Order: sequence, then C-alpha cells, then structure tokens
Amino acid sequence: MSDKKMNLNLKVWRQAGPQAKGHFQEIQATDVSEHMSFLEMLDVVNDNLVRKGEETIEFDHDCREGICGSCAMVINGNPHGPDRATTTCQLHMRRFKDGESITIEPFRAKSFPILKDLVTDRSAFDRIQKAGGYISANTGSAQDANNIPVPKKKADLAFASATCIGCGACVAACKNASAALFVSAKISHLALLPQGEAERSERALGMVAQMDAEGFGACTNTGACSASCPVEISLENIARMNREFMFASLKKK
Amino acid sequence: MQNHSDNGSVKTTGWMSSTIGRKQLVGVTGLGLSGFVLTHMLGNMLILVGPQAYNQYAHALVTNPFIYIAEAGLIAMFLAHMFIALRLSWSNWNARDFKYAMRPSGAKRTTFTQRSLWAQGLLILAFTILHLITFKYGPNYTANYGGIEMRDLHKLVIEVFQEPVYVAWYIVALIVLGFHLSHGVGSSLQTLGIHHIRYQRHFKTVSIVYALIVTVGFLSQPIYVYFLRG
Ligand code: FES
Repeated sequence: MSDKKMNLNLKVWRQAGPQAKGHFQEIQATDVSEHMSFLEMLDVVNDNLVRKGEETIEFDHDCREGICGSCAMVINGNPHGPDRATTTCQLHMRRFKDGESITIEPFRAKSFPILKDLVTDRSAFDRIQKAGGYISANTGSAQDANNIPVPKKKADLAFASATCIGCGACVAACKNASAALFVSAKISHLALLPQGEAERSERALGMVAQMDAEGFGACTNTGACSASCPVEISLENIARMNREFMFASLKKK
Repeated sequence: MQNHSDNGSVKTTGWMSSTIGRKQLVGVTGLGLSGFVLTHMLGNMLILVGPQAYNQYAHALVTNPFIYIAEAGLIAMFLAHMFIALRLSWSNWNARDFKYAMRPSGAKRTTFTQRSLWAQGLLILAFTILHLITFKYGPNYTANYGGIEMRDLHKLVIEVFQEPVYVAWYIVALIVLGFHLSHGVGSSLQTLGIHHIRYQRHFKTVSIVYALIVTVGFLSQPIYVYFLRG
C-alpha cells in the first residue's frame, strides 16, 4: 500500500479558556500520511507541539469510530469536514491535497460555549434530552414484546431518528445556530413508537421549551443541518416536531 | 438544570412565545399573503384585455362592502409576518456570537436567498409603501362606463409604466419577491409540519413554479405597457 506523505498549513483556533479572547494560530503539519484520520493528524501535530514545549491543541474525541459524536470541529467552514455522512474522526487525510491550507474552528453557537481551543460545552443537548427525551417504564417484569405491534416502516423511521449521535453538527452548520434537527430526531424517535405514546405531548412541549430556553435559533429550513449530519438525520423529523409541538400546544390543558 | 417542578410536570412555553409557534405564524401569514399576491397578479392581467375590463374589476373590488375586512386582514397579516419574522431573525443572529472564518461549501452551504430573507422582506415593505402611494393614493382620474362613474386606474397605470425608472424598480422588486416566495412557500409547509417523503420533491417544485408564475405574471404587465404599448 502506497503511503503518500503531505504537508499542510493549518490555521487553528486557539482559545485559552471560556472568557479568553481566541485567535487563529498557523501551524505546519508535516509528513502527514494520507491514511491518517483527521484526528490522527491532529495527534501528530500535538506530539510535535509537546516536543517543542508548546501547548497542545485541545479537541474532543472518544470512540474514533463515528458513534459517540465527540469529535466536534469545523473544517474549512464545514462541520465534520467536506464529506457528507462523516464524523471528523472518520475523515481521511487523503481527502486533502499536499500543501493545502486547512482552517479548523470550534462549533460556534452561543449555546455551545467554547471551553478551550476546539472544545465546546454541549451540555445544552443533555438538558434538552432531560426535558422529555425519555419514556417512563414501570418496574416489574417486562411484558411480552409481541403485545405491542410496531409496523416495520414505523420501526425503521424510529430507528433512523434514533441514530442521532448528538454531536451538534446541525447547530454548527445552521446559519441560525438552531437545534431543530437534534431536538426533532429525539422527539421523533419516541413519538413514532407506541412506547413513547404516553408522554408524547409532554415530551414535545418540554423539549421545545428547553431548546428555546437554551438560546438556540429558529429553523429557516435551509437543510444545511441534514447535509452536515454524520448520520444524515432527515428534515422530515423537523416537520414532525413542528406537528407534534403544534398539536401538543393545542391540546394543552 | 431542573426541568421538573415539584408536581412532576415539565416546564413548557406557550405556543406564541416559542420559536416554533412564531415560525408557524410567519408561515401561515406568509401563505395568506402568497394567496393574495396570486389573485392580485391575476386581476391585474386584465390590463392586457383593456381599460374597461381593468377599471370595472377595480371598481367592483373597492365598492364591495367586504373590502374593509379584506384590507384589515391583509394589513394584519403583513404586519404580523414582518414583525414576527424580524424578531426571529434578530434572535437568530444572536444565537451565534462569533462568526466562522470560512463559509461552508457543497451541500453544507446555504443559498444567498435563504440568508437574505429579512432584507428581501424589508425591500418588499418599501416597495409596498411606494406602490400604495403611487396607485391607491395616486392621482384620481375618472372614467365613465354606461353612466357609472369610476376611477380610471388604467390611465394611471399606463402613465406610471411609461417611466423607465419606475419600471426598472418594479422589475427589481418583483424579482426579489419571486425569490422570497420560492423559499417561503415550501418553507412554510415544512414549518407547519407538512412533509411527505413521497411528495416532498413536488412541494419544492410547486413552490418554485408558483413563485415563477407570480413574478412572470406581474412583470409581463409593465413590460407590455412599456415596450409594446408605449
Ligand atoms: S470520536 Fe466518536 S464520533 Fe468521532
């Protein structure tokens, strides 16, 4: 297997802390293998920074296989880089050209405050989830699963919505920093299943209220979120959330 | 953060104070206004028929007792659409305090039309005010058909559409309106929860075709007057 090496000019956002003023730092990435992932490239850059006694670039990462949603960053203006259906950890360096300049920024939204460099605090998503993104299961032995028939098509739709990894790329991509795609995926995933029926209205009302309280923008239906989503959550979810919320508001006592 | 009050109910907001409820108001009023511009365009097409048809149609409209209710409704929709949308735009800008150094590319980007809806709206507002001053509150020529005296709007329109500056501004404003509608109609449906996997492509097509029909229809009138009749 050939292993082409390349050199890249990185322009990385450096910010010492939440209150600190950030700036772009130019860093050379040398001898980058085309087989590396984007995060591995940053590992190598950080290794060199350590050797030089400089501070490493802080970034979030965990699974490095596209399932945890940690690896949040904006690469040349695109959340998770230029490819669709890809997380930063799954993005390969062969996607870039030798000598290319790459601008790396954190996800930018008021509701995702920057902690350091590329690391943002995305706990707003956890608080939205806590405001209704669950079902209440009573204790005792589980009933026979076949007692609750779920049509295959609905199950598939619910599963597709449930694949959301909560990375926040939808917010990062949206011109309004709207969380509509995330919240709608979480609402849809349960609204489509009989198990989610009991708290259906409360869930829509609670999660939307929390989304607004966190200060995310409104949805202009541009579709940039879905295009940036590593698991390609569909815009159909947003329409479903809008419906769920509208009917729940009407029925509210 | 605590989302549950002591009695176990989840904290909620009213429909009107939620971002989704406000967007739905913008959508409903937008669709109402879209219906209005379509009928307005179709009615104006009578200019191609002749002065009498044009004036009698306008006369029938203004003498209908329901005109005041219709006008009040239109103004209410226009103002609500504008104020709620501007308010949302303002909070949308504030949801991101620091802009990106680079714009996204490919599918992850947004169009200029989508980013400038607020500016299109303000231009349409300016156009609407000038439009009312020019026509509704413009010079009052009269015509007489079979003993019934009425306003000769046709004469005024022909006059105005012979001024190149006005025609140019009219064309620009109407093209902007077209872009606004092409995004707005489809977007309103989505905001109101109308989305269907099978028909989704067609919703988008209908939105664009509708915007084209309205714009081309409106534009055909000054162009006809200026180039063919003048
Ligand atoms: S590190 Fe887990 S998705 Fe990228």
